[in-house]
Amino acid sequence: MLKIVNLHAEVEGKPILKGINLEINKGEVHAIMGPNGSGKSTLANVLSGNENYQVTEGEIWYEGHNMLDLSPEDRAREGVFLAFQYPVEIPGISNATLLKTAINEIRKHNGMDDISPKDFLAKMREKGQILGMNDLLINRSVNSGFSGGEKKRNEILQLLMLEPKLALLDETDSGLDIDALKIVSTGVNSFRSSENAVLLVTHYQRLLNYIVPDFVHVLSNGKILKSGGKELALKLEDQGYDWINKAELETESV
Amino acid sequence: MSEDMKIVEDLTQSEYKWGFVTDIEMDKAPNGLNEEIIRFISAKKNEPEWMTEWRLKAYRTWLKMAEPDWAKINYPKIDFQEISYYAAPVKKPQLNSMDEVDPALLETFEKLGIPLAERQRLAGVAVDAVFDSVSVATTFRETLAKEGIIFCSISEAIRNHPDLIKKYLGSVVPATDNYFAALNSAVFTDGSFVFIPKGVRCPMELSTYFRINAENTGQFERTLIVAEDDSYVSYLEGCTAPMRDSNQLHAAVVELVTLENAEIKYSTVQNWYPGDKEGKGGIYNFVTKRGMCRGKNSKISWTQVETGSAITWKYPSCVLAGENSIGEFYSIAVTNNFQQADTGTKMIHIGKNTRSTIISKGISAGKSNNSYRGLVKIGKKAENARNFSQCDSMLMGDKCGAHTFPYIEVENPSAKVEHEATTSKVGEDQIFYLNSRGIDTEDAVNMIVNGFCKEVFNVLPMEFAVEAQKLLAVSLEGSVG
Repeated sequence: MLKIVNLHAEVEGKPILKGINLEINKGEVHAIMGPNGSGKSTLANVLSGNENYQVTEGEIWYEGHNMLDLSPEDRAREGVFLAFQYPVEIPGISNATLLKTAINEIRKHNGMDDISPKDFLAKMREKGQILGMNDLLINRSVNSGFSGGEKKRNEILQLLMLEPKLALLDETDSGLDIDALKIVSTGVNSFRSSENAVLLVTHYQRLLNYIVPDFVHVLSNGKILKSGGKELALKLEDQGYDWINKAELETESV
Repeated sequence: MSEDMKIVEDLTQSEYKWGFVTDIEMDKAPNGLNEEIIRFISAKKNEPEWMTEWRLKAYRTWLKMAEPDWAKINYPKIDFQEISYYAAPVKKPQLNSMDEVDPALLETFEKLGIPLAERQRLAGVAVDAVFDSVSVATTFRETLAKEGIIFCSISEAIRNHPDLIKKYLGSVVPATDNYFAALNSAVFTDGSFVFIPKGVRCPMELSTYFRINAENTGQFERTLIVAEDDSYVSYLEGCTAPMRDSNQLHAAVVELVTLENAEIKYSTVQNWYPGDKEGKGGIYNFVTKRGMCRGKNSKISWTQVETGSAITWKYPSCVLAGENSIGEFYSIAVTNNFQQADTGTKMIHIGKNTRSTIISKGISAGKSNNSYRGLVKIGKKAENARNFSQCDSMLMGDKCGAHTFPYIEVENPSAKVEHEATTSKVGEDQIFYLNSRGIDTEDAVNMIVNGFCKEVFNVLPMEFAVEAQKLLAVSLEGSVG
């Protein structure tokens, strides 16, 4: 589904990603872990097409497309979804309006008619229920005056409504208490299927207790230093990132 | 230049959609302004002698006045002798039905997207269409007449209802009020007159579409709406002018009067030609709009969506004289390219327990300047007066300006006056957020702007709200910050 080859990217002229290689197949959940400033969020933003991040080298292939040729909106229409680390407020536009517009843009792109109001409403109720979001929250302006936890839940509501093929979750767990973390995880797990894939970026192993990954990658200084199964996350939790950095230093000095 | 700035540049450069000129023979006065011209206009309109005198008096007042210069607008000095003050289609039709309307004229309305016939049938809106200076079609008059409602051109009213005109014309905006009001009083050529008798709730929304057509012809409309005790009317005003190189002057006066328990809701969508991308051409719009809540418990509500004109100088105001009377002002003003808008309101509290609300949304793009200027005045006798003002500005790009000039004068210690103001930028982060949901940049900006203006759209009559949203989209066509 997604193949990243030797990806280099920078922000305001400062190199952040320095040669990422990663392949994600349908049905897989990949977790990217790493210390602050390692480039985790940059990777998520580059994949969603944020123009503040410039790709300087490498390739990204997604479902047969050269992803770098696609605008952010076309990536979204092709089934890429980014759950933001800091969801943006849009006063005066209701969640329902945003979701309906987004769904119809995606449907239009795929040659489908607009969703019927009845179907839309039913879907919204169903997905809202999974996340414990009532109509009130759904009809409020997008993220306006939402608490941190509500914003994150709202991102997951959008994920469930838009049903992308590739979900990028950028530190969706940050700022969540344990109850909210469980709700959000339940939402993500209800999304998982053999037809889609998830790339989640996180600091902490905590989230991975609830959303169990198939692969864990450790990112440090713009490179994937180590990949493994879910047990890798536990080792990180136990020993921190230092042992990997040391290993890297040793490798470099050889 | 960032990518977003480039998008601003691209998108704010959409062409004016309504730029065309209708080919109808005109009967036009020679350029210039003097007593002879005023007599000429008055004669053309078959006006009685007292009206001619009224005009001349206003003209003499105007001669002694100076053009105001306090607004935050810049424009070359207007030569009032270079303007023709009267233009009318040569064939002034006496119409019995829509079939008799000049086809070229109908086509014009067609292009404007306001097919009269369609509007009548679908929306149940009576339309008094003003084409340059003469009313050409007045509809639904019979239905209205049954209720005792008068809805006609001001010229007809002067001829047929002299008592009402003598009583109310100039009672809210006297000729001495300001420079442009004096000019209008001297040379106004047409406009609407509405009279809602006691106890009548007008069964439909009344609507007038004004259109400036002849080159170098200032249009000076005069509108007067009187709502007697316990009556209600909602009035819609929409405007579009064709594209021209030279600036056209427009100085209208609108007067509203509400008696006890009466309510007038006045909504405007103004999208006159704003000039081209270099700031050439465009309408100069100097308007005096004022409502007088004369009776107890009466209410006047102004709602405006201003997207057009090179220069807008306009402050729809309410004089809250009656006890418990209410004044409201809801405004969206959009400026793009080199447009300049200095607009706002005045709420003059005179009576006890009077209340006013001001919601102003200014959107600036391109190299435009958008100013809110508002006065809230609480008089000595206005016990327990209340005002709430909210002025929000939104900037697109980094070459435009937004300014807020609130004036508050309170002479009664029991008054409560609140003022809130915000300035925001259409954020790259907001646009990217919507992009990442599959929404392209143009639609994203429209969504953000619509969200910003929502409080005002909510108070617009339904069909107007739809039109206004489309207009905003055209005016800004995807501008970004």
